[in-house]
Amino acid sequence: MNSRKLLLVGFLCLGLIASAGTVSAQRKMMQIKGSDTLVNLVQILAEVYMAKNPRNPIAVLGGGSGTGIAALINGTCDIANHSRPIKDKELQMAKDNGVTPHTFVIAVDGLSVIVNQNNPVSRLSIDQIGAMFRGEIKTWKEVGGPDKSISLYGRQSNSGTYGFFQEYVLGNQNYSADMKQMNGNAQIVEGVTADKLGVGYVGVGYVVDAQGNVKKGIKILKVSKDTDSAAYSPLDKAAIDSGDYPIARGLLQSTAGGPKGAVLDFITFELSPEGQKIVEEEGFFPIGAGQMVENTKKLK
Amino acid sequence: MVKKMITTRRTSFIRFKESAIRAFFFTNGILAVFILLGIFLFLLYTAFPAFREIDIKEFFTSKNWDPTSPVKEEYGILSMIVSTFLVTLGALAIAVPIGIGVASYLSDVAHWKVREIVKPIVEILAGIPSVVIGFLGIVLFGPAIAKITGQSHGLNAINGSILLAVMALPTIISISEDSLNAVPRAYKEASLALGASRWQTLIRVKIPAALSGIIAAVMLGMGRAIGETMTVLMATGNAPAFPRGFLSSIRTMTATIAIELGEVPYYTTHYYALFAIGLVLFIITFFVNLISDIVLHKFQEREL
Repeated sequence: MNSRKLLLVGFLCLGLIASAGTVSAQRKMMQIKGSDTLVNLVQILAEVYMAKNPRNPIAVLGGGSGTGIAALINGTCDIANHSRPIKDKELQMAKDNGVTPHTFVIAVDGLSVIVNQNNPVSRLSIDQIGAMFRGEIKTWKEVGGPDKSISLYGRQSNSGTYGFFQEYVLGNQNYSADMKQMNGNAQIVEGVTADKLGVGYVGVGYVVDAQGNVKKGIKILKVSKDTDSAAYSPLDKAAIDSGDYPIARGLLQSTAGGPKGAVLDFITFELSPEGQKIVEEEGFFPIGAGQMVENTKKLK
Repeated sequence: MVKKMITTRRTSFIRFKESAIRAFFFTNGILAVFILLGIFLFLLYTAFPAFREIDIKEFFTSKNWDPTSPVKEEYGILSMIVSTFLVTLGALAIAVPIGIGVASYLSDVAHWKVREIVKPIVEILAGIPSVVIGFLGIVLFGPAIAKITGQSHGLNAINGSILLAVMALPTIISISEDSLNAVPRAYKEASLALGASRWQTLIRVKIPAALSGIIAAVMLGMGRAIGETMTVLMATGNAPAFPRGFLSSIRTMTATIAIELGEVPYYTTHYYALFAIGLVLFIITFFVNLISDIVLHKFQEREL
């Protein structure tokens, strides 16, 4: 009995050693980390890619653009997703660590300003949105809505969307301290759906469902450059392409040094017509011809 | 002769075993002390560099916390200290009356069969993960609070207080009930013999006699509430503004650390400042626990 048990334990040990051997023999898993706005899109891109290339496993994590860029600098990820450009401070830190980030645009996002579906307001100018999030406009009455106070939903400070919005909409001023700092795009959508006085900002991929319809309970505001000019919806592809929608932005990926091997292969897939079709299916916009030329230069 | 030798051998072996076991348990006991000391020293060491760039007075008295501001980086923790205490005191205001009520019921009123069922259930309540309770705050309490108070949303301090009260209740009930049960039977019998009703006996005799145990229970519950992170992070809205009352969205010290530590570039003022918040939090919970321990000891000594 005892010897039989011993034999069993022996076989188990052998099995463990064997499986450990195969794991280490496998290629290292590609780590992609960063932007919450990009995490769903890149996850799907990775799944489609892995179905074709099972030998190049990929793990996609969120955490925010700041987290992704920090991970790239510290060498704990292969690709950083970010929805804002890398800051000078971060470039300096990368340089100090001997890392040269190569950045690619993989999709275009119309940053969407959303309100509850019952809100009568349907368009705002960049200045008005900025003033709301700076805490200067406090009631909906000041922008043509009911005489009720505005309930702000934004992102936490490591979010690229937080940084992008602060720079391009708030004019590099401080956010209102009354803004609720949510942990992700989906949480902002949830918050605004439940809050009839709420307003928030999210990537365009989060405001439409799989069929391309606007999610229930929210309304996407049309945004204009200033009070007199025409306002455009972030779902309007022509306005995004022409730059008429004022808060469109590139969604970015960076690698430490030029991409090589599996990483290069994956980025090439993302930029291929097939990859860009997935980008569009996920509610974002494919990149323009000019950006594609820039990308191809960097890939070579 | 031979027999004697064997016995001495055996006793010396037993003695050796005894001392080995004693040394083992002593090491385990002392390890906890060293871990605590190590954490404290590490916090002190990592928090200290923050004050090379932050004025310590500003750190404790400024209401503005915005370390990533493009205008001026600000490191004031007053708003979060006040927020933390606001949520905690709110939680105690809810949990203490309910907790003492349940404890009194279990120790003095309930049939023993009821007690045998209810007490384990209360203790299971302590095992619910905080993230589950936070989730209830978002989907259940939040909308209910919004409806009752006429606010547009329920992500505010009172939501956090209710959830923390739920989390502090098991501690408060369990320890209060133990201390009520520890009151000598003679007290109760003497009181009843003098013609006091059961209510009078409970309020005037038993609860005062068990008071130090109940206070210790409340303090332990408070310690738990101050240090809780996930629940408040999910339910209180995380607006860094100075709280204007229970209906405003607030951000506690624990939530600030949890939100910002993941992104912060290492070895920067912001990084050190987050550890400084951790140090302040550590000191607060240390004193809360110390006080509850002193009170509890006083109570146990009197029992002897």
